[in-house]
Amino acid sequence: MVKLFVDDKEIEVTDGSTVMQACEKIGAEIPRFCFHERLSIAGNCRMCLVEVEGSPKPVASCAMPAVEGMKVITKSDKVKTAREGVMEFLLINHPLDCPICDQGGECDLQDQALFYGRGKTRFVEDKRAVDNKPFGPLIKTIMNRCIHCTRCVRFMDEIAGVHDLGAIGRGEDMEIISNSPKGLGGELSGNIIDLCPVGALTSAPYAFKARPWELKKTNSIDIFDGLGSAIEIGSKDGQVLRVLPRLNEDINEEWLADKSRFAIDGLSNQRLDSPYKRDLKGKLVACSWEEAFKVLAENFKGLKSEEIAALVGDQACLESIVSLKDLMTEFNVTNIDCRPLLSSLPTDTKNRSGWLFNPTISGIEKADSLLIIGSQPRYEAALLDARIRKSWIANGLKIARIGGGDNASYPIEELGNNVNVIEHIYKNKHSYNKILDKSNKPLFLIGENLLNRKDGEGILGRIREIAKKYNSFSDKWNGLAILHSSASRVGALEVGFVPGNKGFNTKDIIDGVASNHIKLLWLLGVDDINLNKKPNTFVVYQGHHGDKGAEIADLILPGSAYTEKDATYLNTEGRVQRTNAAVSPPGDAKEDWKIIRAFSAFVDKVLPYDNISELRKRLANINKLLVIENSLIKGSVTDIGDTSTKLAKNLITPKNINYFMTCPISRASETMAKCSIAKSSLAAK
Amino acid sequence: MSTRRPAPDNLQPEKFAFTKENAKAINNILLKYPEGRKASALLPLLDLAQRQHDNWLPKAAMSEVAKILSLPMIKVLEVATFYTMYNLYPVGKNLLQICTTTPCWLRGSEDIVSICKDKLGINFGATTKDNRFTLLEVECLGACSNAPMIQINDDFYEDLTKESMKKIIEDLKNGKQPKIGPQSDRKGAEPINIKVQV
Repeated sequence: MVKLFVDDKEIEVTDGSTVMQACEKIGAEIPRFCFHERLSIAGNCRMCLVEVEGSPKPVASCAMPAVEGMKVITKSDKVKTAREGVMEFLLINHPLDCPICDQGGECDLQDQALFYGRGKTRFVEDKRAVDNKPFGPLIKTIMNRCIHCTRCVRFMDEIAGVHDLGAIGRGEDMEIISNSPKGLGGELSGNIIDLCPVGALTSAPYAFKARPWELKKTNSIDIFDGLGSAIEIGSKDGQVLRVLPRLNEDINEEWLADKSRFAIDGLSNQRLDSPYKRDLKGKLVACSWEEAFKVLAENFKGLKSEEIAALVGDQACLESIVSLKDLMTEFNVTNIDCRPLLSSLPTDTKNRSGWLFNPTISGIEKADSLLIIGSQPRYEAALLDARIRKSWIANGLKIARIGGGDNASYPIEELGNNVNVIEHIYKNKHSYNKILDKSNKPLFLIGENLLNRKDGEGILGRIREIAKKYNSFSDKWNGLAILHSSASRVGALEVGFVPGNKGFNTKDIIDGVASNHIKLLWLLGVDDINLNKKPNTFVVYQGHHGDKGAEIADLILPGSAYTEKDATYLNTEGRVQRTNAAVSPPGDAKEDWKIIRAFSAFVDKVLPYDNISELRKRLANINKLLVIENSLIKGSVTDIGDTSTKLAKNLITPKNINYFMTCPISRASETMAKCSIAKSSLAAK
Repeated sequence: MSTRRPAPDNLQPEKFAFTKENAKAINNILLKYPEGRKASALLPLLDLAQRQHDNWLPKAAMSEVAKILSLPMIKVLEVATFYTMYNLYPVGKNLLQICTTTPCWLRGSEDIVSICKDKLGINFGATTKDNRFTLLEVECLGACSNAPMIQINDDFYEDLTKESMKKIIEDLKNGKQPKIGPQSDRKGAEPINIKVQV
């Protein structure tokens, strides 16, 4: 510990703290532009100057280590003049175009010029002009406004691991450029918009849409991947205009992946705003809820329970999953599943370890070796990938991969695609065993896709045994980490949306549809299954977008997207989180659980909940943690998988993902389409 | 100081490769840096590339260096555009850098400038048509005690007078190597009038 004085107050800080941290500890406000807690220290904006007794010149507090007995003054005339001087220089080449700048109202430069600036300019010469740079479809640049804090450069270098940005030239001619003319790569570039303390980098899709003080801000969570990052939804006039990250150290820290941030324009395209039914010619026509329920009830009539099936898709919330399950139970239907085709995820909550990201996302930083099997975290959960990179930089995490994939932002030892690699490690015959021998906390990251094969149980069982052998499958450290790319899966498994007694799983249901054994199929937001183009089965699609699922439907029940409902989701670690409605669903669309509840009343099988709190009591009956926000549902150590299943010969390949188009919302988004084009032209280069 | 950016594409050569001797030299340079810190060899390698490539640094050379040091291209670009001793445009065989900062200016650098401009028929930043001379105006080169001075390629020519400046250019034009260092008869930066007895 170091003892020093800040404004005559004695304070103790840990060794290696900076003067700025010490100042902040006593509550002294230090203005800054270049300094950011999660980036390396640059010390180039000079805004954080303070006076240190004995030093003839003011010092930059962000880069100055706190020293025993130091006397720091933050509120003297000298400090004030120094900061005024710095601000005056910063403003010399700044265009002062706040009225037409999107950063206005949330601009560090604007705020700090107000509190620390001179109020008047003495500069009468010409300002410099800088060309705008092509940063891709997401980021709008107005480089005249840049004050060269280099936060964007440091973020891309250190956190995102994409080395495209740099500051070239010197002095007045310094410019931030991207070495990649088609835009920035990676999946995290949107964060430099938040980091930019001025209006040089702003959100391109959000340009001139709204001022920050006009937006209604709603805290919520993201559902584009399995992580459930914390977000703040900014909406105006019933439209979601932007999404910003919120701090959540356990998941996203303070970052957000590009899809989560920019796919929101898809929320206003291709929406299902009214129930639709097929008319006599087989065309979908809009109808009233009454008519829709009538058609649906007629189709339910006379069907045996084994002729009915229901599937849930990637973005379904817990409330709707539970009510659909309850409705199906009312009809004695057991053909229900939430898992993808051929999935060998366990179905019993006892074996939760077999579907959870057990070590937790922040636990990646505790691990010392990481084996990625059949996954590309970069596309399946971009922020988890950033966490892996962070751990590689900070702790020298050793990363190896079975199944290959695209380049990552950290070095990877490729162990090949062959499924035998798992067998060899299991039998202690692989060179990777040496790394595992030395590792105290190995982590096995398993892509969900890896388990979507016939020998999935065999793979899971063998990995379980490997983990067990290296002390990585115990209550102390459970290094088995299943990475889901969908937001609904863990929740659906937790509430048991899986085949009941003699029930069909996803594959059987699809086969049943093909063989016309299944007469009615209820799709809750399912868009990625391959049915025949127009099966004879009566297909009900409940969801929010006119995507692949709606195309094959005979009846469409318009639901609401994650920004339009108060809904519970479980992320891939089993963390219970809730979205909050920011806007109301379009047209006649309703909250999903309400649709199911209303239909249950229509067919006289009334589900026992009239409002959301009663429904949540039902959730609490299943697991009382499901109603406690931010609680973590943990898995226990059980014998998941099955080592006796022989491994098939097929190679291990990660899920083939176009990162920008993975769900109905992102497929309906123009911005995501632009990103997708930009990315393919980057790859073509 | 002019804006420092890589030369336009029409001046850029398509390829750049280090010669065999320089490849060896690179290995020797890399030996000076500990494992994991090889990227520090960026400055000497760029210098080596520039010396090999007619005293200027094309993009192809930068990306070659980037490849050798496993650095992203942008990091090399940042460094190359920062340090003024890397020439980003083609320069003549003799690169004349005239110091015009205060001490040299007080000692008559304006005359030196006008002689160079007259004799070579070019302005600052330009290269003669025969590609033998490039003229640059630079800030202090740290030889104020011998002002006025110019730097030609790697050498300083100090204590210049109008005559000696003319002679240097004549010599260079005729392919002769002019005398390097002070053009007066003193040694280095010793006092001109006072001979101190040791």
